[in-house]
Amino acid sequence: MPPESLRCKECKTTYALDARYVCEQCFGPLEVAYAPRTDDDPAALRRRIQAGPHSLWRYADFLPVQAPPRGTLPAGWTPLLKVDRLAQQLGLRDLWIKNDAANPTHSFKDRVVSVALARARELGFDTIACASTGNLANAVAAHAAAAGLESYVFIPSDLEEQKVLATGVYGTNLVAVRGNYDDVNRLCTEVSGEHDWAFVNINMRPYYAEGSKTLAYETVEQLGFELPDRVVCPIASGSLFTKIALGFEEWLELGLVEGDLPTFNGAQASGCSPVATAFEAGQDFCRPVKPDTIAKSLAIGNPADGPYALDLARRSGGAIDSVTDDEIREGIKLLARTTGIFTETAGGVTVAVLAKLAQRGDIDPDERVVAYITGDGLKTLDVARGTFEAWEIEPRLEAFEAAHERVAAVA
Amino acid sequence: MAVTVKIPTQLRAATDGEGVAKVDGSTVGEVLDALYDRYGELRSRIAEDGGLRRFVNVYVGGEDIRFLDGLDTAVEDGDEVTILPAVAGGS
Repeated sequence: MPPESLRCKECKTTYALDARYVCEQCFGPLEVAYAPRTDDDPAALRRRIQAGPHSLWRYADFLPVQAPPRGTLPAGWTPLLKVDRLAQQLGLRDLWIKNDAANPTHSFKDRVVSVALARARELGFDTIACASTGNLANAVAAHAAAAGLESYVFIPSDLEEQKVLATGVYGTNLVAVRGNYDDVNRLCTEVSGEHDWAFVNINMRPYYAEGSKTLAYETVEQLGFELPDRVVCPIASGSLFTKIALGFEEWLELGLVEGDLPTFNGAQASGCSPVATAFEAGQDFCRPVKPDTIAKSLAIGNPADGPYALDLARRSGGAIDSVTDDEIREGIKLLARTTGIFTETAGGVTVAVLAKLAQRGDIDPDERVVAYITGDGLKTLDVARGTFEAWEIEPRLEAFEAAHERVAAVA
Repeated sequence: MAVTVKIPTQLRAATDGEGVAKVDGSTVGEVLDALYDRYGELRSRIAEDGGLRRFVNVYVGGEDIRFLDGLDTAVEDGDEVTILPAVAGGS
């Protein structure tokens, strides 16, 4: 399935496979188009995948690079866990968590950055950059360090401290912009026009976005080359949501897996829910909003792939729901206490929407459901603060026993 | 009223390579019309059915016009209008 061109999703104009992301004819987004694959039968393809490395590069045949890069941080091949205690709590029987916090910089962004950076090097760039809500900042700084490239990372100045520290440590040029993510994004769109840098989510966006398909491939492979019935996935720009579907569709078309496209449920925070709002209103476009939510990694008020996310939810029989900040905190707690997985706020959004769907009776108990956890709880520690109390005691046995008795009496 | 319009690289083939244009107008709509008068090809690239194509963002002084009055947003002498593609960014 070699990459063939960049193609406008709207008017289908094609361009060479270089660093560009916007159709000059209609301003629509460009996407990588591949030549049809004719050589392999599905069984041979499966064997080829299974013989590959334990990283997303086992799917290099389906990614827009000439060859898998060497000597980089290996991303992907994260655990898919059957979570029976959470399932039981929600009245479900076949629930799985794809834990993408288990990546080198603890979020799914390692996937998209791996692909964008590999292509950027093939195109001869020596500097990579990004506009980020935090997770991408971590990933770009780390992968640039591993590859020995210069990097520029633009973030909103009010970002969570954990994400700022876990970016700066890699020695990037960290630019804190006084504004929200959409301001940062607008600035970077302008900067990318003036500097010859590979902005992973701007001029490299067609390649970057393809990295998210590997979440679909891994899910299928880890389920023994079967599809889930339903997926629950967070939506910020809508790119991850739509690319997971594309991954399933590509493998269905190649005969690597059989069945139907799963039902797609999108998850947003009420404090930034332009796509959920448009879904509910029956619109096919999103009106931009000013984000105000603890789920900062999802705080994109002007989602680039919003129209495509709406289309996917509708054609797959799914929906796009939103949850409040309190529900997000409850979602984080529920996941932690039933699975041992501590997720950041975006994962809280996903779990809270999953719980909402289950309570609403939208999910048949026998459906196989996969929920995507996209980032680690250590990135947004503040939301855990004040949700429990430690017993502070003197280092004496009697002190412990006394405290234990007091707590037992209350319980 | 003279307004500065910043034109993104993707549109500069239609503006003889110019990244900045000074035009007159009292609303964003008038400013864009003045721009189309100067560079005819721009209209088909970013305008559609009397409005803007859905992947075009226009800002006045850094604020998205969809948070203001859209194409009716008033502009003043010396304001800066920025046209940018909407597809950037992502999570």
